[in-house]
Amino acid sequence: MRTEWPLWEIFIRSQHGLAHKHVGSLHATDAEMAVKNARDVYTRRNEGVSIWVVKSSEITASSPSDREVLFEPAASKIYRHPTFFPMPDEVKHL
Amino acid sequence: MSAKLEYLLRLGDNDVVLAQRLGEWVGHGPVLEEDIALTNVGLDLLGQGRMWLAYAGEVEGKGRTEDDLAFLRDQHAYRNVQLVELPNGDFADTMARQFYFDHVHLLLLHALARSTDGRIAEIAAKAQKEVAYHVERSADWVVRLGDGTEESHTRMQRALDKFWPYTGELFTPDAVDIELAKRGVAPDPSTLREPWLAAIGSVVKEATLAMPDGEWMQGLRRGGGKHGVHTEHLGHLLSEMQFLQRAYPGSSW
Repeated sequence: MRTEWPLWEIFIRSQHGLAHKHVGSLHATDAEMAVKNARDVYTRRNEGVSIWVVKSSEITASSPSDREVLFEPAASKIYRHPTFFPMPDEVKHL
Repeated sequence: MSAKLEYLLRLGDNDVVLAQRLGEWVGHGPVLEEDIALTNVGLDLLGQGRMWLAYAGEVEGKGRTEDDLAFLRDQHAYRNVQLVELPNGDFADTMARQFYFDHVHLLLLHALARSTDGRIAEIAAKAQKEVAYHVERSADWVVRLGDGTEESHTRMQRALDKFWPYTGELFTPDAVDIELAKRGVAPDPSTLREPWLAAIGSVVKEATLAMPDGEWMQGLRRGGGKHGVHTEHLGHLLSEMQFLQRAYPGSSW
């Protein structure tokens, strides 16, 4: 008998955030329980106003071995990066 | 002791004792998520217990704080119903105890939110949001286990039957209840029994379980937990909960 519960990925939209953000994963027998568990595990300090749960097995991920193919081209085109603008000294947190 | 003080101790002690029981699950939950969820419920109850006991201390007017009341009273001064002090047992046992308590707790808080005592109404209004979630959670587990495997069904039924005799005390009014009901401070607990039976009845049915029967209700003949008559389990619970204050009086974090 399979006793391990399926894994779920949890996404929370925070008080002021516009998008749901991945916060972690947990085990639950079904989606309803996953939402309840997410509430208990991830939102007990007022972190969120909305929860999404997605079965981990439903997520298609890029393969680590494809990293170069997918991301190298971007790194070699420096004109795609906004690094040539002089920033005034007063501007912080950039 | 005034009726109101007595009543506030009952409310506070139910919360504190059950919170302590749920806290015993820390590190022992069947899965990590459930471990956290159970203790979250415990923390909700502890928070509510603090509010009731703080108010009890003020009503008493002898300068006792919620900590004094929680950590320095002996078992016979505790006013919780016997149901909440019973040991955790297995997971089905814990859920059955919680299921019975959560449902009556919510009905009680709904009624207390309309109390003629403003402070009681305020605390109850705050607490009922948390307890609405507790009700959902424990009912959910009763259905999952009852309508689960043969083993879980058997254990859930056994647990419902085991705690059933302790539910009578929840609905049996005494002089304190009657006086407060007359003043509109608190509901007569016997009025909660029908809605409670209806609420748990539908869950038990959905869970493909049988409602326990039998009118024998533990804890009534000698007054029950509300009058300080407890099972042998409360003393052990308190000895653990109160150890630090007993061994190192007045110490704090």
